[in-house]
Amino acid sequence: MSRQRSQRLAVALITAVAVLVFVPVIAIIGYLIVSGIGALNWEFLTAMPRNGMKEGGIMPAIVGTLILTMGTALVSMPVSLLAAIYLAEYARDNRLTRTIRMAIVNLAGIPSIVYGLFGLGAFVLAAGFGTSIIAGSLTLGIMTMPVVISTAEEAINSVPQQFRTVSLSLGASKWQTIRHQVLPHALPGILTGMILGLSRAAGETAPILFTVAAFYVPTLPSSIFDQTMALPYHLYVISTQVPGMPLTIQYGTALVLLLITLTLTLLATGVRTTMRRRRDW
Amino acid sequence: MQNKIEVSDFSFYYGDFQALNNLNIPIRARQITALIGPSGCGKSTFLRCLNRMNDTIPGARADGRVLLDGENIYEADVDVVTLRQRIGMVFQRPNPFPQSIYDNVAYGPRILGMARRGSLDQMVQESLEAASLWGEVRHRLKDPALALNPGQQQRLCIARAIAVQPEVILMDEPCSALDPVATLRVEDLMRQLVDSYTIVIVTHNMQQAARASDWTGFFWLGRLVEFGPTEAIFSSPQQELTEAYITGRRG
Repeated sequence: MSRQRSQRLAVALITAVAVLVFVPVIAIIGYLIVSGIGALNWEFLTAMPRNGMKEGGIMPAIVGTLILTMGTALVSMPVSLLAAIYLAEYARDNRLTRTIRMAIVNLAGIPSIVYGLFGLGAFVLAAGFGTSIIAGSLTLGIMTMPVVISTAEEAINSVPQQFRTVSLSLGASKWQTIRHQVLPHALPGILTGMILGLSRAAGETAPILFTVAAFYVPTLPSSIFDQTMALPYHLYVISTQVPGMPLTIQYGTALVLLLITLTLTLLATGVRTTMRRRRDW
Repeated sequence: MQNKIEVSDFSFYYGDFQALNNLNIPIRARQITALIGPSGCGKSTFLRCLNRMNDTIPGARADGRVLLDGENIYEADVDVVTLRQRIGMVFQRPNPFPQSIYDNVAYGPRILGMARRGSLDQMVQESLEAASLWGEVRHRLKDPALALNPGQQQRLCIARAIAVQPEVILMDEPCSALDPVATLRVEDLMRQLVDSYTIVIVTHNMQQAARASDWTGFFWLGRLVEFGPTEAIFSSPQQELTEAYITGRRG
């Protein structure tokens, strides 16, 4: 085969594979829209389920997922941010630091069902929170920490060293330098990581399975020690546990869940591009 | 004549490598001291020892004394943060923060809590005037600093350093990224500033040292070969090595 032909063949092959990546995304989103759009209406989004969940809406599951996402943010974001600052700015290369990094890598590799079981043991039973929003938020929070810490650390490391040097040379303390130079410049990257972490948490089923998710509750939660319904688990329930479930409700629920996670992902991309446009170095 | 800084028997190491060897240098108050020498001779390292910017380098170690107004800045109880406020620094490349002109100058005073809201404007104006930049930027203080040309950016960095009211300004090859016109403006500025500040400048540019400084020190391989009034160094150097370097035969 001539060099030109092998070149053309390689390009064609690589392009084809890249296009192939695109296909499942379009297929999933397209299929869900086609099958689920019929279920979407005001009542579906705002009403309680009726008649064994075969009618009415999925409002409590939507609210539950939004509450859990916020709870996850409250648990995960402060800890992750501080941990990232420590690792990027303060940690020396010693045994403690290596242990912490090892722990983060390992946390990232733990299957989500194991987080669910850990949450059951640690928060539901040992801490005595019971099956509750707080137990679920803590579980999801811990699960999102590794990715948030890693992206935040990367964002902090990508702030040019000279900003720190100049700030220190002006008599700023190390913390002032971090607070007033490093963090503002690292913010887009940090936010992106946080939102992506949350978008993953919003869609997870396994970690909430034993820690917070309710099969069906007729009221909205009134405290963080209540159970709540949540979209991923609700989807699992109506797809496998309820006989005679109308298909449109299943696809409609899946579509709503997808829209929520997709919105978060787009938000992350938006934050990154707009804030990146503002900086130039 | 008073010495603002008195360096005595000062050595500096990066790990096992000795970068500075037993230096003794007087820095005269309200005069410009230029440090010349080939790349890697230790002059920039020395400059960064004067405000302890080398502290952050792992394995770095200093020996001997650097007296600022008679106090050794390498004593254990010295507050490095306060020291760096007293000894400002201007870097090789113009490096304004990617913020507005105003915010660049106001950064130091804000951090150090030097100004209430009202007088901050005043401090920014005075610093920009002292850096002879005020006339060019007074109507666009909110513009991004990076929109200025390199010469203006470097004068902005000088204004930023002045804003925290230091006593000494260290300049690390401040003109190496500037064109000749911008270079001359910075040199003029140095001559104005020296009425109020003690200036130490590292330069590769022999003419700059000859034009702008009062005292010149010649570094070679981490040692101070010769130190004296600039005129004497350039007209009748005592050491052969100095003469060879300033006439361009060595370096």
